[in-house]
Amino acid sequence: MFTVLVRRAVRLVVVLVGVSLVTFAILHVSGDPVSLMMPEAPEADRAALRLSMGFNDPIPVQFVRFVGNVARGNFGNSFFHREPALPLVLERMPTTLLLTVLAMVLSLGIAVPVGIVSAVRRNSTFDHTATLVVFLGTSMPVFWTGIMLILLFAVQLRWLPVSGWESWAALVLPAITLATFSTPLLLRIVRSSMLEVINLDYVRTARAKGVSEWFVICRHALTNAALPLVTVAGLQFGLLLGGAVITETVFAVPGVGRLIVGAIRQLDFPIVQAGVFLLALIVVVVNFAVDMLYIYLNPQIRVR
Amino acid sequence: MSIGTLATPLDAAAGPARAGGRSRIWRKFLRNPAALSGALILLIVIGAAIFAPYVAPHEPTRQSLIRRFTPPVWAAEGNATYPLGTDQVGRDILSRMIHGARVSLIVGIAAVLVSLIVGVTLGLLSGFLQGRVDTVIMTVVDVTLSFPQLLLALAFVAALGPSLVTIIIVLGLTGWERYTRVVRAEVLALREKDFVEAARAIGASPVRTLLRHLLPNTFSSIIVMSTLQVAQAILQEAALSFLGVGTGSAYPTWGQMIALGRDFVSVAWWLPTFPGLAILLTVLAINLVGDRLRDALDPRVI
Repeated sequence: MFTVLVRRAVRLVVVLVGVSLVTFAILHVSGDPVSLMMPEAPEADRAALRLSMGFNDPIPVQFVRFVGNVARGNFGNSFFHREPALPLVLERMPTTLLLTVLAMVLSLGIAVPVGIVSAVRRNSTFDHTATLVVFLGTSMPVFWTGIMLILLFAVQLRWLPVSGWESWAALVLPAITLATFSTPLLLRIVRSSMLEVINLDYVRTARAKGVSEWFVICRHALTNAALPLVTVAGLQFGLLLGGAVITETVFAVPGVGRLIVGAIRQLDFPIVQAGVFLLALIVVVVNFAVDMLYIYLNPQIRVR
Repeated sequence: MSIGTLATPLDAAAGPARAGGRSRIWRKFLRNPAALSGALILLIVIGAAIFAPYVAPHEPTRQSLIRRFTPPVWAAEGNATYPLGTDQVGRDILSRMIHGARVSLIVGIAAVLVSLIVGVTLGLLSGFLQGRVDTVIMTVVDVTLSFPQLLLALAFVAALGPSLVTIIIVLGLTGWERYTRVVRAEVLALREKDFVEAARAIGASPVRTLLRHLLPNTFSSIIVMSTLQVAQAILQEAALSFLGVGTGSAYPTWGQMIALGRDFVSVAWWLPTFPGLAILLTVLAINLVGDRLRDALDPRVI
């Protein structure tokens, strides 16, 4: 148990160094970060900037310096806002997390019951309809779903606001949009992991001893089907954050995603780097937590 | 058995045992109405993409300010010359959609080829060499999985400058890890099998063992995964275009049409609606075909 924990922790640190390397590469992949930062500046200004930012040093030296700065939370100043990039990103993080968590809760709330019924009534009309909806859901571009929802509920019916984040009503459409993206994937997992356990011997034994059908499903089958669901829900979190970037742009939600997209248009790379790094950090931490939860939930690993 | 089958119980009664493997696969595939309609839609989209200049009724970039915001033909002020209406500068929506199919399909297929080459090579190396190589490659996979793929693609396309080639390479290089994981797992499972042992015993070199004996055994999963990745790459390209880091040219793409149409959604609902439907139908068709291929190629399900 302890060695497992230590091994995971070492892996966590290695992955974080890798994440910094990729974040570092965003600014350096084009070869000349300065022309990326100030495309129209005269050569003298560029040379001055190159010198002051240390871009003349060897790449490994620059990377070590970057990691050191990142460890201290310093991503440089935003070119546009002229203040440190990290606080600007952190300021908007609660909004993005709220949106993501809302969508996740909504997704699980739909996917778990529907997936269970689909698996229990396999090949029924309900199951086939659910499967069809899953196919439709995974084939829709998130931003288009958002625009169609705006068209229906905000433009035609005038029930909900078109965009913004000021009232609870404004949260509804973005959360639903993001949930349409994640629900089908979760539903698939719930259904397939339920199907895997539902005909196993111990479930049959539970039935044979006269336990009621729903108790069998909820107590015996679901607890075992939960394991893959937890893993996938963790992996989904990254996908969901990617979806949040688009959703925020569609609904003008003042979150990290919209900040990053705006920063990309203004070539404000400190913001882009800080935002990309933080979102990746969240994914890494969530997956680490999921790993731990997995170890806790799975007696086979726990005992070892 | 795949999770999302739309299969009928008829599948259980597969063709006679004497039928060859390939024809059995085809028969299983074609017996499914969902997969068949998917294949049909796909054929239409591919045809539209290849013959775009001949089938499109108008030039996709030709503007006509008098004709701007013409609604689709079935609306009251509709016009049969522009079946799906015109946009804010009077360009024909249908023609733009037909041309847009080209970008979607090129990016979808090319990005998957990039992912395939990188992912399969690394997976083979990782599973076959094991040890330190395996550790390094799997760490790279973990790092790649830590980023929301779209966000990473967005940042790198912006840094490299938007172009068709950039999009293909970036989407390809952010989507390879699925192949590495699956190919690695299959190589690990297969390398101790008798037929690999036999190949080694008759003196086959490691490279030959890898390419002739191990690689072909991973084909069916690779085919299914790459089909489904084409669908995802099309969605991602559309998302990048929508977010403004698209192909960087004036050539129409579905994502860019939706992005431009969004601002006019309250006056002209058809602007973002039809290109979105084009994406939905194309991606749905690929997903249906891919899912059915998974069932047809799975040797465990007969």
